Amino acid sequence: MKVLRVLRVAVAALCVVAVSHPSPASAQAAADVQALQAQIDQLKKEFGDQLKALEGQLQALRGQAAAPAPQAVAPVVEPSLSSAPPPGASKVFNPDIAVIGAFQSSAGRNTVSPDPSLEMRESELSLQAVVDPYARADFFLSFGQQGVNLEEGFITFSSVPGGLLTKVGKMRSAFGKVDGLHTHGLSWADRPLVTKNLLGGEDGLSDAGVSVARLIPAGPLFLEATGQVFRGESGEGVFAASKRSDLSYVGHLRGYHDLTESTNIDLGTSVAYGHTAAGVINDVDVGRFTSRLAGFDATLRWRPLTRAIYHQFVGRGEFVWSRRDAFGGTQAARGFYVSGDYQFARRWFAGARIDRSDRADNAQLTDTGQSAILTYKPSEFSLLRGQYRRTAYADGSTANELLFQVQFAIGAHGAHPF
Amino acid sequence: MLRRARSLALLLLLGMPLAAHADSKLNVVATTEDLASLTREVGGDKVTVTALAKGYQDPHFVDPKPSFILAVSRADLLVVVGRELEIGWLPPLLSSSRNAKVQPGSAGYLDASAGVHILELPTGQITRAMGDVHPLGNPHYWLDPANGRRMAQAIAAKLGELAPADKAFFSQRYADFDVRLAAAEKRWDATMAPYKGTKVVTYHRSWPNFMDRFRLDVMGYVEPKPGIPPSPSHTLELIEDMKRQGVKLIVVEPYFDAKTPQAIASQVGGQVLTLAPSVGGAKSVTDYIQLFDYNVSQLAAGLKQATGK
Repeated sequence: MKVLRVLRVAVAALCVVAVSHPSPASAQAAADVQALQAQIDQLKKEFGDQLKALEGQLQALRGQAAAPAPQAVAPVVEPSLSSAPPPGASKVFNPDIAVIGAFQSSAGRNTVSPDPSLEMRESELSLQAVVDPYARADFFLSFGQQGVNLEEGFITFSSVPGGLLTKVGKMRSAFGKVDGLHTHGLSWADRPLVTKNLLGGEDGLSDAGVSVARLIPAGPLFLEATGQVFRGESGEGVFAASKRSDLSYVGHLRGYHDLTESTNIDLGTSVAYGHTAAGVINDVDVGRFTSRLAGFDATLRWRPLTRAIYHQFVGRGEFVWSRRDAFGGTQAARGFYVSGDYQFARRWFAGARIDRSDRADNAQLTDTGQSAILTYKPSEFSLLRGQYRRTAYADGSTANELLFQVQFAIGAHGAHPF
Repeated sequence: MLRRARSLALLLLLGMPLAAHADSKLNVVATTEDLASLTREVGGDKVTVTALAKGYQDPHFVDPKPSFILAVSRADLLVVVGRELEIGWLPPLLSSSRNAKVQPGSAGYLDASAGVHILELPTGQITRAMGDVHPLGNPHYWLDPANGRRMAQAIAAKLGELAPADKAFFSQRYADFDVRLAAAEKRWDATMAPYKGTKVVTYHRSWPNFMDRFRLDVMGYVEPKPGIPPSPSHTLELIEDMKRQGVKLIVVEPYFDAKTPQAIASQVGGQVLTLAPSVGGAKSVTDYIQLFDYNVSQLAAGLKQATGK
């Protein structure tokens, strides 16, 4: 016992000595610290110099931009070897960044769901990059009228065994066709009535969860099955979880086939299941009500390859059946839209859409609508769109509106929508 | 009985990968028909090759169809043009392919532009005010046979890497292609020699490598800026320039509307030539050497008429 105490004291003394007296080793460390400090100072100086040089260049560029723009032609060196490092090589690991703005103005009378006369409807910031050899990540932040919203943010594991394309994070659901599309991916200024009435509106069934998709071997036919599990809180009241185990589930089966090299058909069926908030009284879910959705979508595309930049046609229809429990019994609602979009010149697209949908909480109420759309695309990166929309609401009122939209994208070149 | 069944199952399990391996051909997917043709040249019957974009479609605007996802998902090797030519359609195919072998950075991904001669590399600040400018240089580089040779060499090397047993076979095929290409180049140079320095106009900037190779001078474009459709003011300016400099030939890709080029040609008393920008761009163009056979003969005929040489 005594020995142990002596030993403890000795160890403590040694430690004190080691800390308080600079041994040869700690002298070495001090020298290292000094050397490091010198290196940091040197780096700071170099960094400052570089920053100054960059600021100078920026000033010069600003000056150029302020001057009347000369005929803009890419400065080129000819010939140069491909081994030259690409400009901006130091930023290669930065994610691809893009911002897509969507401005909308609305005119006409709508007493049921009026949009503001002028609004910056959405500014979507996307950040996308490869994470490591096994995954990529995509973030879409949407700045809208109600503030900032993480529209999507997920990691995609592309090489999971078994050919399972796995996504983890917050994402739009795979239900149907337009539910998965962002606002700027639509060929209309608004979303169809069936989306608003049955599928949770603007954000659709977007939620936090896990998605797994697998290709099913079927010869030349493309067949993909997707299964998703979400937290169960999505779509403006479609799903609500009062318990941790109240998860929502989405399943989608997609079949695609090239009929010819310019014509193809894309078919899908979807199901979704989850709990709702309809049975919650005083924070207790007494009803344990659920909401069940089923959908069918079909898309026919025609795009002649030699004239692909001038002409194309996309015909599409989606049908959704909703069964939502409530205290009064189950509401069985259904809705659909059919649309056609035709590109008739390099920059011009004309389209039409017919809408009809019951309301999920009261299937007796049915809204109908018709739209005609004209889109002008000056380039891949901007568009102007006009839409005439006539909506006959279930309460008997009719809205005749003119929607005008401007969309513009800057930054990294995104993938073409398909 | 049970043991026999178990050993049978084991045999089946072991036999499965063997059976899959029996078809030892490399499955190559190329984004364009030019790359596919070069791969066939050096790969011979040891490879099966699928091209995604057709030679008569604009390679910038290809739909990322799910049928392409299937093709990429089954590939052992993916050969791409690179230089952001496929930026609008290849990334979604790659991320949906579930095929780790062909992702960028993996052994089964070959960017054919790695060792070739690239023109129009921007040096200063570039913005989209300049139109659809490619920040990594002009991606239509395959239209120079010297680049075709380098691409074929790179593909042969890559095939040898993926199938080491057939390495000598691919080298031999490449050597053979090299000889045939060199002989053809002599022929093409001789045909084009009289027209050295002749000025031409092209629709898009698809032809700098081709025109450089055959010493023709591109003095203007039907597009005011890359990827921007013709505008009346630019067209009038171009007509004036062509008249002043006596330019009679307008080269057009098969996927552009020939109406504006035709109108310009009739104003300047010239003609429009639709050349093949890729293998498959014209009916008779079924391989890489025929691509130049076709373009050189068409161009020479047009130039002969225009210059009287």
